[in-house]
Amino acid sequence: MRTAVIVFPGSNCDRDAAHALTMVTGKQPAMIWHRATEMSTVDLIVLPGGFAYGDYLRPGAMAARSPILRAVRDHADKGGLVAGICNGFQVLTESKMLPGVLMRNAGLKFICKSVELKVARADTPFSNKYDEAASIQIPVAHHDGNYFAQADELERLEGQGQVVFRYCDNPNGSLNDIAGILNEAGNVLGMMPHPERAMGQNGDQGDGQLFFKSLLDAVG
Amino acid sequence: MKAIVHIALKPGVLDPQGQAITGALHSMGFDEVTDAQQGKVIELDLQGVDRVAAQERVEAMCSKLLANTVIEQFSVEIVD
Amino acid sequence: MTQAQIITDEMVAEHGLSSDEYRILCEHLGRTPNLNELGICSVMWSEHCSYKSSRIHLSKFPTSGERVICGPGENAGVIDVGDGDVVIFKMESHNHPSFIEPYQGAATGVGGIMRDVFTMGARPIALLNALRFGEPDHPKTRSLVTGVVAGIGGYGNCVGVPTVGGEVNFDPGYNGNILVNAMCVGLTRTDHIFYSAAKGVGNSILYVGARTGRDGIHGATMASTEFDDDSEAKRPTVQVGDPFTEKRLIEACLELMATGNILAIQDMGAAGLTSSSIEMADKGGVGIEIDLDRVPQRETDMTPYEMMLSESQERMLIVLKPGTETQSRQIFTKWELDVALIGKTTDTGRLVLSHKGETVCDLPIAPLCDLAPKYDRPWIETPPAPVLEYGDLPDRDAVSVLSQLMSCPDMASKRWVWEQYDRHVMGDTLFASASGSDAAIVRLHDSEKGLAMTSDCTPRYVKADPFTGGKQVVAESWRNLIASGADPIAITDCLNFGNPENPQIMGQFVRAVEGMAEACTALEFPVVSGNVSLYNETNGVAIPPTPTVGGVGLIPDLAQRAGYFGACEGDSLYLLGPTAGWLGSSLYAREIEAMRDHAPPPVDLELERKNGHFVTEAIRAGLLHAVHDLSDGGLACAAADLAIASQIGISLETHDSLPNHGWFFGEDQARYLVCLPASRLEKLQKLADKADVLLTFVGEVGGKDITLGSARMNVTELTRKWEQWLLEYMESKHANGS
Repeated sequence: MRTAVIVFPGSNCDRDAAHALTMVTGKQPAMIWHRATEMSTVDLIVLPGGFAYGDYLRPGAMAARSPILRAVRDHADKGGLVAGICNGFQVLTESKMLPGVLMRNAGLKFICKSVELKVARADTPFSNKYDEAASIQIPVAHHDGNYFAQADELERLEGQGQVVFRYCDNPNGSLNDIAGILNEAGNVLGMMPHPERAMGQNGDQGDGQLFFKSLLDAVG
Repeated sequence: MKAIVHIALKPGVLDPQGQAITGALHSMGFDEVTDAQQGKVIELDLQGVDRVAAQERVEAMCSKLLANTVIEQFSVEIVD
Repeated sequence: MTQAQIITDEMVAEHGLSSDEYRILCEHLGRTPNLNELGICSVMWSEHCSYKSSRIHLSKFPTSGERVICGPGENAGVIDVGDGDVVIFKMESHNHPSFIEPYQGAATGVGGIMRDVFTMGARPIALLNALRFGEPDHPKTRSLVTGVVAGIGGYGNCVGVPTVGGEVNFDPGYNGNILVNAMCVGLTRTDHIFYSAAKGVGNSILYVGARTGRDGIHGATMASTEFDDDSEAKRPTVQVGDPFTEKRLIEACLELMATGNILAIQDMGAAGLTSSSIEMADKGGVGIEIDLDRVPQRETDMTPYEMMLSESQERMLIVLKPGTETQSRQIFTKWELDVALIGKTTDTGRLVLSHKGETVCDLPIAPLCDLAPKYDRPWIETPPAPVLEYGDLPDRDAVSVLSQLMSCPDMASKRWVWEQYDRHVMGDTLFASASGSDAAIVRLHDSEKGLAMTSDCTPRYVKADPFTGGKQVVAESWRNLIASGADPIAITDCLNFGNPENPQIMGQFVRAVEGMAEACTALEFPVVSGNVSLYNETNGVAIPPTPTVGGVGLIPDLAQRAGYFGACEGDSLYLLGPTAGWLGSSLYAREIEAMRDHAPPPVDLELERKNGHFVTEAIRAGLLHAVHDLSDGGLACAAADLAIASQIGISLETHDSLPNHGWFFGEDQARYLVCLPASRLEKLQKLADKADVLLTFVGEVGGKDITLGSARMNVTELTRKWEQWLLEYMESKHANGS
């Protein structure tokens, strides 16, 4: 599987994502600077966590207007896989590649902890290695992870089964306990929790590994 | 010329920061406060445009970057 | 040379220089300085930059050792952790700014300490913070906690360096002066260490990072004077941090370092452009010429004085190899950072500044540094504290005491704090803050080696007996590293005290340093970097003496890391080390009997050494399920930690001859609680006999209750009380109102 990680100024989980991808695919991802306007063909693009542009204005707002986003959009339009993790999820909603918006956490504070997620869909390229309705432990670390969408949008999202991960104990006020969603085509995913931080190396259960293995499996 | 952009959450969108402000003011004894909304003000210094064009272009800036129209509304004020 | 202004006595006093200091300056210059020169000299000679009250005592610390590559004097200390890896670390205070503006003060403290570490070529891999606040009931405490914690998180989380450990304590002694001590630990390779000594003549000086504004002017002199009630009006001098710029600065500097273009590099910390340029020139024995018109400026019409004294954050000064200017500039442009060639190294040995075509400063550098005042301030010994015998105190129900201690502000869970810190970014954190280990543990990337890190101080001991307290601070740091399975290597220190012109305070400082030095020597645990923060007083009331220590150790194989989370049903508990039942200056005395300032427990460094080495041996022999050092609250609190971390019951037996309070809550030093299955007892006892250490059976693991003698309490209930205090305190209705 060929992969790429987009690096924005202020990305800080780019190296962690690259490490996880290397662990699972055996190959290092291409690290693509946000100013690039084109990139070689890959199977998966990861928009990593962090604070692109310092989260100034709104998280993901400036990054969503970076030159590289056009290439990311083209890749997605052609059916290529895109995974936005944490800040990457915020970039995807800001760029309207995913519906809704991530607002300030309901508790108004940054939250860093391991949370239990329910796998709502185990038949997507991002989750096919998990069991349907499985409970997994993945850490969150964010200040703005409170998922919001207008009522009709939310209804459509739920109706079309676009919710892939839900919080078992909602840490941030997200509507419908949403932790991760797909686009309508099913090839772009955004999630607030960090699977790359749950690779089993640091005394954790390693529940994030199956996220990356799902992608490996989907690409074939 | 200066453009003053006011950005606020749309009515009906949960505003936890506004709620926290209301709660804090109540605990300090400012009971007359019934609600608070927190927004943003962005001042732009402009050059080489007339008022009409400025209004139009700043509105475009708002919908393209400055505001997230999923949850935010904006108003633009042009001052000399 | 501009000489527009006449320097008056008032101006000299406003700059914090004594009339003697000013006279020495004039004599040496052979003329009176102009205002720019006065400003520059005043910050260089401030307590903060010159260490004038502390230098002669700091030389008592051992600063070298087998693994020490660079001790104090550079931006941070450097130690060798094998295989070509080196660790660079330092702790620094940001007390005064944090009291005035807690969010920005704490944030810029974190930013500043990170710059000290990456300036030397290391990528920061961990942050720790030792925070000391006033009593919980003080009207300012809650908002200070809120601001400081948000500021630390806001900065560290954004830059993407995990905040893995630290301390949060409360004491009325900090009501008027909180302490914010930030520590950063970085990792690099032996051949990738950068120093600050400028080299050569005619080499370009590159300014990179944020633009210079008027913020923080006179921060260095502010950090060197006492507070009074007007201090809050000094708000505009507090600098504002920009973690986004810091993050880009780290990446850009590391990218530039990889090119080999750098001859010398220094961050602009306190006293900004002044201290960075002068220190670089002085260390390299060269002169420096700066054209101030080329300094990137954030505000219009800035004067030379303002530019030289500004403490705008996120700025660095670099001396480049000739011919590398263009390539170097491109790297910073790529990262969208301001960059400018602002001057050159010279052979004059002078700092020459020009502005709008005029020379506005011309000072000899070496004398400015050599002549910096150095005081042997008068000091008096703290009078011996009375010894508190356990027999002087009534014995009480041990379990209700335990519950009270575990939920007191100093002991209660700090979850509310550390859940706001990103503890796992970079993907190498094995242990951070949460209950379960005496030290934070971070993997050295892509290896099976780990670093253990801890920050410690017991100010109540230091206050009662500075010498013994000083020894204890170092011994506890060492013990915490041992208990995590590490080989302790070195420390950084952050010495927070009151006004050194008061002989009693100076006596606290001198004796604490001597105690620390003795322990560092005995435990082969040298000081490699540090910081002194004096004048922590408000309206003449000084803080308790607080020499915080940041310890770093190496875990050669992470499979052999240790903690106190692994207690299993049926395990036996043994206490290592003798117990006399010492209650003087204990948490028990303070919280239960409201008694303070009695003699603290004696520290036997030979015993510390022996017991510590035994623990290491037992850990590496794979004998222990859990190990915990004994400190605040003694045996019972250590056992409670174990029970909470492992969520399992523990029963401790009473002592044959000691009363319950002395036995369960005494704070005798050099002790550890170890937990192991019965099948390994024989091996452990053999090791103990060989090492000649005292191992005493104290209890067993199992069930759901914590039992002290015959009294018991459910572990779930104890956990709830322990978790509850800070959460309730911070989230209570009045959180924003006070």
